[in-house]
Amino acid sequence: MTSNDRNSNNPLHGLGALTTRELIKWFKNPVVFILTVVQPIIWMGLLGKGINISGLFTVNHFPSLTLNPPPTQQQLLQINTYFTGLQSQIMTNLFGVTDYFSFLSCGIVIFITLLATTYSATSVVLDRRFGFLNKLLATSVSKSVIVISKIISTTLRALVQAIIVIGVAFLFGLKTGTNFSPLSILGTFAIVFLFGMGMSSIFVAVSLRTSRLETQSAFINFVTIPLMFASNAFFPISLMPSWLQAVANVNPTSYAVDAVRRFIIDSGNLSNLAVDFAYVGAFALTLTTISIVLSWRFLSK
Amino acid sequence: MTEDVIIVEGLTKIFNGGLVAVDHASFNVKSGEIFGFLGPNGTGKTTTIKMLTTILKPTEGRAFILGNDIIKQNSSVKNAIGVLPQEYTADEDLTGYQNIMLCAALYGVPKDISKKRTTELLNLVELTSFKDKEVQTYSGGMRRRLELVCSLINNPKVLFLDEPTLGLDVQTRAATWNYLKALKKEFGMTFFLTTHYLEEADSLCDRVAIIDHGKIVTVGAPKDLKKDLGGDIVMLSVQDDATDISSIIKRVPRVKEVKRQDGTYRIKVEDGEETAPDIIDAVRTEGHKVARLSLTKPTLDEVYIEFTGKSLREEEGSKATVFRQRATIQNAEGRRM
Repeated sequence: MTSNDRNSNNPLHGLGALTTRELIKWFKNPVVFILTVVQPIIWMGLLGKGINISGLFTVNHFPSLTLNPPPTQQQLLQINTYFTGLQSQIMTNLFGVTDYFSFLSCGIVIFITLLATTYSATSVVLDRRFGFLNKLLATSVSKSVIVISKIISTTLRALVQAIIVIGVAFLFGLKTGTNFSPLSILGTFAIVFLFGMGMSSIFVAVSLRTSRLETQSAFINFVTIPLMFASNAFFPISLMPSWLQAVANVNPTSYAVDAVRRFIIDSGNLSNLAVDFAYVGAFALTLTTISIVLSWRFLSK
Repeated sequence: MTEDVIIVEGLTKIFNGGLVAVDHASFNVKSGEIFGFLGPNGTGKTTTIKMLTTILKPTEGRAFILGNDIIKQNSSVKNAIGVLPQEYTADEDLTGYQNIMLCAALYGVPKDISKKRTTELLNLVELTSFKDKEVQTYSGGMRRRLELVCSLINNPKVLFLDEPTLGLDVQTRAATWNYLKALKKEFGMTFFLTTHYLEEADSLCDRVAIIDHGKIVTVGAPKDLKKDLGGDIVMLSVQDDATDISSIIKRVPRVKEVKRQDGTYRIKVEDGEETAPDIIDAVRTEGHKVARLSLTKPTLDEVYIEFTGKSLREEEGSKATVFRQRATIQNAEGRRM
């Protein structure tokens, strides 16, 4: 009788219901939903348009050139052309594209994903605080399913925000590279999904036993900001000091951002995508596994 | 009907740090009865329920629910029982109906069955007209009823209720008892509940176990426990209290024990209403005048005093102790960070 029970019991039962619950809660709270939509737009405007790095290299920002004898009209034209060329040369060398906004937009897609995944930690703690977790643990729903539902629902939330970011970036004038095709969008979603899974797993894992929201916010700040700045999301790795380069080169954020850039704004050279996917995929798989295994032992009321 | 649905043998829980919450508890619960665990807060009632519902692992001892071991066959146990926890567990952002359907899915109840059952249960607890309102708009009594529906959605054979009427006003409490009685009649299930309300144990439970500092001190039907105390108490004083008239009183039929304290006689009798007039007659016949007489029917509180040496009502007062004990248990469960 017991073994029959166990067999007829799908080990993943409850997953759909729990994931749906999280999404219903999200859609039902208009303030949170609207903010998650508006937040990427603000980030785009503030960072992408506010920090105008390509503007640094325009001719009129250089000290005026006094030549003796004064250059001819033709020489002046040559100098101007030289500087304009220099600007796009420097931008292309450092950022891969001629405008910083396009470079940064791809970083923000992953940045928003990262911010969105922090919710998984909060929601585990809230469920514990409001007794919902207690009820869950009294049912035959497995601890793995509880954890997976948190990871999937948070990742789906992150994905929706990432879609909005990409849409907004296009509206603000993102310039696509020759690699770009409708498939690139799907590829971007795939990498966002994998990265989101890995990150939400981390946040779920640290909240397996916590009942304090303060612990969560402290940990979230501790993790997210370094992950973003020690990566290629805002600035190219090649310009960082070597110790920071070392960090950025193992940071999964860098690989996720790199993949998004290759899909959307780069031209040519798709081979590195395999490395990006392998790295972020392994990151997602490892951390999801770790958080599931930890939940068997540590997820408690 | 007489088979034992719950069998508990030497169940013990010691938390890290040495707090003995439940100390070798043994008892059986019969099919179809309402079994109550009576004791003040912080004596291990909730810990016992948590062990029986497989949320906490016992340190020692065994327990079987419908023949399934709570440790080795915990998924079979989980599927066969319903749990109404002490705290509210519904998701406040969802409607009552959404909450119930969520519970149904968590227990793996097929949709067509759960829909039918939900309608039935909502009618029984009179929540039908509120089912599409968000739970945060519910009153305390409504939330309890919703939790009750959720805990019954998997058609459990045994329902565990941890302080089902805690924090409810007297009227709602009485209504909740009626719902539970109706459920018992309708589905014939077995109930295991904890309470620190004497009235609740008395009027709702078929049998109670009195628990004191993690130990079970006695088990029995409230009626029998009260009867075992030796019947009713008549307190009598006479105008001329110089002479001892104990021997006169003792001769009256159905009088079992007479004690004289400061001129007042504490008389244990059977059938107080019938015996008291006989005592008055006997005392008068011997020429004494009755100054004062009172009759007390024993309550569960007297039973409680008999077994633990203190009044349950008095223990209610020491809230601070309870909170300290709770904090200790929570710390021992090791989830504070």
